Amino acid sequence: MTATEAPPAAPASPPPGPPDPPVRKASARKRLVPYWLLLPGILWLLVFFALPMVYQASTSVQTGSLEEGFQVTWHFATYWDALQEYYPQFVRSLLYAGTATALCLLLGYPLAYLLAFKAGRWRHLLLVLVIAPFFTSFLIRTLAWKTILADGGPVVGVLNSLHVLDVTSWLGWTEGSRVLATPMAVVCGLTYNFLPFMILPLCTSLERVDGRLHEAAGDLYARPWTTFRKVTFPLSMPGVVSGTLLTFIPASGDYVNAELLGSTDTKMVGSVIQTQFLRVLDYPTAAALSFILMAVVLVTVTLYIRRAGTEDLV
Amino acid sequence: MRLLRRNLVVIAGLGTLAYLILPNIVVMVFSFNRPKGRFNYSWQTFSLDAWKDPCGAADLCGSLSLSLRIAAWATLGATVLGTMIAFALVRYRFRARGAVNSLIFLPMAMPEVVMAASLLTLFLNLGARLGFWTVLIAHIMFCLSFVVTAVKARVMSMDPRLEEAARDLYAGPVQTFVRVTLPIAAPGIAAGALLAFALSFDDFIITNFNAGSTVTFPMYVWGSAQRGTPVQINVIGTAMFALAVLLVVGGQLVGNRRRKSAAR
Repeated sequence: MTATEAPPAAPASPPPGPPDPPVRKASARKRLVPYWLLLPGILWLLVFFALPMVYQASTSVQTGSLEEGFQVTWHFATYWDALQEYYPQFVRSLLYAGTATALCLLLGYPLAYLLAFKAGRWRHLLLVLVIAPFFTSFLIRTLAWKTILADGGPVVGVLNSLHVLDVTSWLGWTEGSRVLATPMAVVCGLTYNFLPFMILPLCTSLERVDGRLHEAAGDLYARPWTTFRKVTFPLSMPGVVSGTLLTFIPASGDYVNAELLGSTDTKMVGSVIQTQFLRVLDYPTAAALSFILMAVVLVTVTLYIRRAGTEDLV
Repeated sequence: MRLLRRNLVVIAGLGTLAYLILPNIVVMVFSFNRPKGRFNYSWQTFSLDAWKDPCGAADLCGSLSLSLRIAAWATLGATVLGTMIAFALVRYRFRARGAVNSLIFLPMAMPEVVMAASLLTLFLNLGARLGFWTVLIAHIMFCLSFVVTAVKARVMSMDPRLEEAARDLYAGPVQTFVRVTLPIAAPGIAAGALLAFALSFDDFIITNFNAGSTVTFPMYVWGSAQRGTPVQINVIGTAMFALAVLLVVGGQLVGNRRRKSAAR
């Protein structure tokens, strides 16, 4: 902004005496300012974010072994083989991430609403309580879920006596009278870990909603639920969209919850990539898997943004 | 019953809050446990042992100080680079602005495993030795976008006329920047730096791929989930939580007092 406004302002401040050249020189140097500002950071991202993607692309079409070395042979079949072997993990990842995102929205909305409209002077305290758990390492907190959901623990006991576990076992979410090492535990952990990423954007967009609109809706004889459905919720859409993205994307690639709270039957694609890369050392398969994950996430997200239709994201 | 229905939102909201806080309470309670065996998952007896000797578990404090060092350097790097980018994006019109914006956005829209794996392929291809430096490079990379976003939000709401006023009062470019621009942008830069520190300190996935045999605090916790969790991990988790609450509440009190004295 300043750069485009500067030229007309510049001749005004110095006395009319000085000749043209120095002014032009200064403005030429000024035009380079943004590039100098960008250079180090962008270079960092190009070298350590974009270039690695290129390397990974080339790795995914290599064949060979660790002993003999890998060569680029344009072996695209790796993608097909990887997909065929690991599609259960892909489907599971998307399913778990989608469920966790929906649960985050369901659980997060009331709290965001509470923070934005009802908290009053308790607002700051509640906000602190939302953010403060962050400061305990998320791995420690995820391990705490092992204690909470433990086999003989109070949570399992209560769910069992209410016969909830019978229903969830029938649905395949739990097994017998256990919660730990089942899909339910993994989804519970994912929901817990990414909930704040849903609450904070929801809260910011709800705060922008004018409270007088609620009064207006009430004056027009709208019941509270109708007011919410027709006024509040549509106006909070930007928060809903960025919240769901901030939960879905990291959740789909996460393997911490699946590894700590799940079993071999609940492995997500992140675990597979990690194992292939760090233990099996099958780099082409790992690279292909992570490219497929990236593509799936990008396509899902693009379709979702197009459908939800918000521009003010980036 | 009617009271219950009228306050449904409040009750549901507080329920969610309880869900968020519950693990922290468990971590706190189990920091006073004396576990039987290697794992600290079930309650045995009350004990202050772990609090008296927080560094008692082997290598725990070493990994903690390594994480703090990495987080400090990553914060410095990401904040400096990110602030420069944010200023360039908000204050100047130039070619390739759209491309720069998407390059900033992409790391935030990418599952962490994908970035972690691709960065590792780069390091493997270059034959870099994995350790402190590769972790630091990775952390600066993924913190950068978040700093840019935080600083951008603040700089965008800044009134450019304040800087023009400073120039009209014969402040040089450096003086204008140091005395006017920087203080106004400071809250955004501080927010970005805080975010970068938290992200770097807590990162597991990217670190796990690129650390080699270096052990940061999250990696120590991860390893302990397999080997046996020392109670000291809960002590450190509790201390971090308490410190954060104290800092925020303290900051709030100072802010209130300042606002009150300003009103007077």
